[in-house]
This record gives sequence, C-alpha cells and structure tokens, in this order.
Amino acid sequence: MTSVIHDIGYRHYDGKRLGRAYAVRSLFTHNLRAAYGLGRPVKAKIMPFLLCAIMLLPAAISVAITAIAAQVGAGQNVALIRYSAYAIYLQPLIAIFLAAQAPVLASRDLRFHVTPLYFSRPLSRLDYVLAKYTAFTTALFILLATPVTILYIGALVTEQKHLGTHTLHWLGGLAGCLIFALVLAGIGLVVAAFTPRRGFGVTAVMAVYLLSTTAVAAVQGIAENQTQFTLAQWAGMFAPFNLVDGVQVWALRAKQAAPEPPPPGLGGPVFALVCAAVIAGSVAILYLRFRKAGSR
Amino acid sequence: MSIIATRGLTMRFPGVLALDQLTVDIEPGVVGLVGANGAGKSTLIKILLGLLEPTSGQAGVLGLDTARDSMKIRELVGYMPENDCLPPDVSATEFIVHVARVSGLPATAARERAADTLRHVGLYEERYRPIGGYSTGMRQRVKLAQALVHDPKLIFLDEPTNGLDPAGRDEMLALVRRIGGQFGISVLVTSHLLGELERVADHLVIIDGGRLLRSQAVAAFTQASGVLAVEVEEEMDRLGEHLANAGLRVRPDGRLLLVDIAGETTYDVVRDTVADLGLALVRMENRRHRIEEVFST
Repeated sequence: MTSVIHDIGYRHYDGKRLGRAYAVRSLFTHNLRAAYGLGRPVKAKIMPFLLCAIMLLPAAISVAITAIAAQVGAGQNVALIRYSAYAIYLQPLIAIFLAAQAPVLASRDLRFHVTPLYFSRPLSRLDYVLAKYTAFTTALFILLATPVTILYIGALVTEQKHLGTHTLHWLGGLAGCLIFALVLAGIGLVVAAFTPRRGFGVTAVMAVYLLSTTAVAAVQGIAENQTQFTLAQWAGMFAPFNLVDGVQVWALRAKQAAPEPPPPGLGGPVFALVCAAVIAGSVAILYLRFRKAGSR
Repeated sequence: MSIIATRGLTMRFPGVLALDQLTVDIEPGVVGLVGANGAGKSTLIKILLGLLEPTSGQAGVLGLDTARDSMKIRELVGYMPENDCLPPDVSATEFIVHVARVSGLPATAARERAADTLRHVGLYEERYRPIGGYSTGMRQRVKLAQALVHDPKLIFLDEPTNGLDPAGRDEMLALVRRIGGQFGISVLVTSHLLGELERVADHLVIIDGGRLLRSQAVAAFTQASGVLAVEVEEEMDRLGEHLANAGLRVRPDGRLLLVDIAGETTYDVVRDTVADLGLALVRMENRRHRIEEVFST
C-alpha cells in the first residue's frame, strides 16, 4: 500500500499568488537569514553568532560595572560606554563580520550562477539588489544596535540621572548605527561582488577596511605633526568609520569618538554627502554588476 | 492558440549572430528545440523570458509580449537553465521553498508545493541535506523542481539531460514526458541530441546557426517511408538477386535488405520468394524515417 502514498498524482496550484512586493520581501528574509547562517549548516552560524556575542560583551560588562558602582555608592564616578562611540570602539569586530558575511550575500549567487533562477521570476534586477542591500544593512544594524540597546536598558535599570537625555542619546545612537550599517553594507557588498571566490572576498573586504583605516591614520598623524589640523580632519572622510562618525558628530550632535572630527563649517555636510554618495553608488554598482551577470 | 510565437527575431552579440530572422509558432504540448551547440537555443529561451533584449523582431509567450509583459510572463513560466545554478550550502527543501516564495506563493503553500514537487521529481530523504553533496542526477532534479514548484503554464528546460548517465537520461526524459502529459504543463525542451527529443516531444523545432530549419510534428518526421526492411538469417544476397529478378528495387543495408514498396503485391512477392528459397525470415517491417535523416538529406 505504500505505493499509494507516493503516487497521488500531480495537483495544480490554484491558490493565491502574491505579487512583486512579496517576492522582494521573501528575498529580503532569505538574505537576512543567510547573513546569520540560518537555514544553513552549523558551520555557517558559528562566525556571525560568535561575533554577535563578542559585540555584546563590552556592553554587558559596562552595565555590570555601573550597577556595582551604584551599589557601593560610587555611581557618579563611572559612566556607561557612550552609545555613539560603541561602533568606533569595536570597529575591528564589525569589520570582521563585514568581511566574513558580505561574500555570503554578494558573491554566492554569482559564484554558483543562481541569479538566472531569480531573474526568471517576477522580480527586477533592482528589486534583487535592493533586497540584498536592505537585508545586509538590517543584519549589520542588528549587530550594532543590540549592544547599544543593552547599554540603554542598563541605564534604565541602574536608574541613571537625566534619563530623558539618555533616551535622546540612545535614539541618536540608533540613528548612527543605521548610517554605519548602510555605509558599511554598501562597501562590503560592492567589494565582495567583484571577488566571486569567497576566500578572496573575505580578504578583499578586510583589505579595503585595513588599508583605508591605516592610510588615513598615517596621513592624519603626519598632518597633525605639521599642524595641518584641517587636512587631518578632511582625511577622516576616507576611512569608513571616521566618515560615519563625522556625520554623527555633525548631524546627531554626538561627541567625537573617531580620531578626528569633521572639519568645521562645510565638513559636516560634505561628510554626509559622501555617505549618501557611497550608499547610492553602491546600489548603482551592484545593479550594474548583477545586470551583467543575469544576462549571460 | 500558440504558446510561443516569434516574428523576425534577431539577436546579434558582438561578433556572433545568435538568432537570424527567426519566425516560428509553437503549439501547446511537449516541444523539442533541437540544434547543435551554439545554434541559438539558449539565446531564444532567454529572450522569451525577457532576460535578453533581442536586437530586432518580436516574441510572444502565452499571448504576452516579451518586451512589455516580461514580469507577467515570468509569473506563468518555469525555467531550468542549462548550467549548474544551485547554492551548495542549503538543503533542497530550504531552497525550493525559498524560490516558491519568490515566485509569489504564500509561506504555507510554498512548503506544501516544495514537498510535492520534490517528490514528483524523485527526491526523498536526501532533500534535507545540503545540495553541495548531491550527484549530478540529483542536482538536475532539484533544478527541475525549482522550475515546477510554482505550477507554471509553460516550462523551459535547457538541456535537462546534460551530464547524465544513460539511466539518468531515461529517467529525466520520462519526467519530461510526464510533465507534458500527466501534469498538463507545456514544455519547451532543448537538446543537441535529436534521438532524445524524438522520444518525448510531440513537435520538433530545428534551428541551425540561428535560423529555422524545420518545425513540424514528430509524427511527420517519422512517417512511413515506402521502404520495406527484410532480414533473413542467411543467404541475404541470394534473396536479393531473386527479388530483383522479380522486378523489385532492392538494396542491401547492413544485415537488412531494403525493398521499395511498389504496391500491395510487394509484400506477397517477398513472402513467396523467401518461402520458395526455404530461408528463415527474421523480420519484415515498414521502414520509418528517423529524424536524423533530416540532417543527412
């Protein structure tokens, strides 16, 4: 009788077919899950979850110290890590996450020629690129915003003074996390999309981060030595973390955490424009990259 | 109603003319698209899917224009590419559910259809393992499943038997036949092997160098040729001489004698001659054209 179970014949599907927006959402969810290795073997989950856990540690420790200090009556001597500075302090970890996971989203479909399966479905190439970009931005935002939120919860629990200001700073911190996520996702995806082999992709993203950061630090050091302070500040624009910190300082009134603040006057708006250009440029480059890949 | 229609379709790549003024109408059913490698088969499919824009000419799929309604077309068709196109680190189930959702199926329906479709293509327990560990045959089944999962009206299969061993080929061809028959889904299947498509297709479209060579029903290719094939155990030459003496046109073809059928009496003459000579008759049959002969003539 078992053959009966296997042979029930073909059934047509006459249920609902949801449109393009749903298709894009499905692709978004799939990519967000992929960024954390969900729906994949255990091996793929280790790196993102390990990095996430390490990202939480300083926040947790900071909250714990503040709580203990409050207990022993030394609360006024310790402060929580600043929300807006968290990403700057932990930037090597964020860069590792970026390097490890950007290829999963950007180059896997290219390397294994999966794109024709997407582009033969009701989905445009721009939809595809935007779904990936938003998914990776969301993944990075989760990585950055979770510890920042833990700090805020810590502030509430340990009954810090000026909770209103804390709330404002926390919200500003979240906005900063979003800008970090957008800019970093763009750079990571673009670099990875041009290095189809995963190992090269990881190396390339890491190289872009290290080279830009070190080169900028060197230029800033030399400029400071020669008292060219404005030049040092402008140079910060070419290191992703310094760039976004500049925008935080200018637009979100955050205290500077990167080596240099944006130059006074035009500096802030220019840094913000550069961020916008990186985001828009990344989408454009990814679109062109996947357009070429889809029509092979 | 034709499911696929092209009018003067031309596709020019730098240095290559992939399609040259192709005009063809294709009816529902299982249609074989035959041509040598580089004849323009894959290019045609990509234009029909709206993945490539033709240099000139028009194409329509299911009554929709590929230039204007490609989104709508892609909702209604399935596509199995020629090359490997599967991510290695997810299971077949996970992947098929995902593509079903990208095709617009709600979550529950996507899961049900994925399970059904994987069973139809013959993937069972292994569907929970990552695709990276699959054999070529299993991969081809997953590729077929992703093209079927959203229950399309028409499915494009680009060289589905590529890289399969003879047994795998037979199974894949049987599946193609079932999709066209039992599932009631029209199929456009390409191959550079004519003999393969002869077995599964109702209609054949033959292209060469981007031009249409022939488009007709398989039955028309293989109709009776007016030749009788006769095989005897031995003394084939003596039989040939006697038949020729009886006024028939005879020529040897390997172990067979090919006799032109002049009328009803031809059968009697052959039978009587064999009996008179006391030979052992192995077979006597009407010869059918084989599609390969289209190319040799």
